Amino acid sequence: MNDTDKKAMIARQFIAAIPHSRALDMRVDTVHSGRAELSLPYNERFVGDPESGVLHGGVVTALLDTAMGTAVVSHPQSMGGTATIDLRIDYMRSATKGQRLRAEAECYRVTRSVAFVRATAYDESDEPVAAAAGAFTVEGAKG
Amino acid sequence: MKKPEPVQVIKKRRDEALADLVGGIPYIGFLGVTFERRGDELTATLPYGEHLVGNPILPALHGGAVGAFLEIAAQIELGWQIYWPQFEAGATGPKLIPKTIDFTVDYLRSGLLRDAYARAVVNRSGRRFASVHVEAWQDNRTKLFAQATGHFLMPQIEA
Repeated sequence: MNDTDKKAMIARQFIAAIPHSRALDMRVDTVHSGRAELSLPYNERFVGDPESGVLHGGVVTALLDTAMGTAVVSHPQSMGGTATIDLRIDYMRSATKGQRLRAEAECYRVTRSVAFVRATAYDESDEPVAAAAGAFTVEGAKG
Repeated sequence: MKKPEPVQVIKKRRDEALADLVGGIPYIGFLGVTFERRGDELTATLPYGEHLVGNPILPALHGGAVGAFLEIAAQIELGWQIYWPQFEAGATGPKLIPKTIDFTVDYLRSGLLRDAYARAVVNRSGRRFASVHVEAWQDNRTKLFAQATGHFLMPQIEA
């Protein structure tokens, strides 16, 4: 197994071990050196507006945050876990009722102590639901 | 002169109005968030639950769960203030929840595996937009573990 595959495996285990991600039924779809794609199914228990049946913003936040953390731990320069320092989310529109929610995250810069990450959330269409930018902690960075 | 309302009647009306506002949102129930009221002041509580954990080794609450908790606290505070005059007039029925435009969370300390509390302040509430700040703490009110600022779209109550 090469380094990249090992990283991907660690990232999957990282998500599988998170109770909150399990509670939201999150799944790691792809993960590869600083990039991660995660998704979760529509669930009536996660609705934020009973009139329209759309998911609560907090669910989008949790998925984006987890996808971003996964992108960080999968980055070649990161050697351990991570924690969120700051997270900003812009909500462009509501996720369509009944559709899966998907997040694509990219860790585009890693310094000795901080990882900079951006992410976008989609439902089953290509129109973004939300965009995020965040700073995460880096443990045991390589040079 | 109109006779003042008995205190139990006022309390009952306000508690029911708050329960209506909060109770209609399934995700609030999923996370387990509850609200306490002192007059018009609200405090949100996120009771600890295993489903909120984000790092079992550290251990710490999940950043997403903390962010969601703050967003709920901000959103309910804003909704509560918007509808307060209607609640006081005894109006009931479905309430439109303010939609989040953006939300920025500042994670100051890792969330310990115990209850968390939050209070929100509406810094500006206009005709179309509102800006809300929210602070969250666990053991000590002065040692915040997270804070956030968000902008919300005001629900158009009467078009």
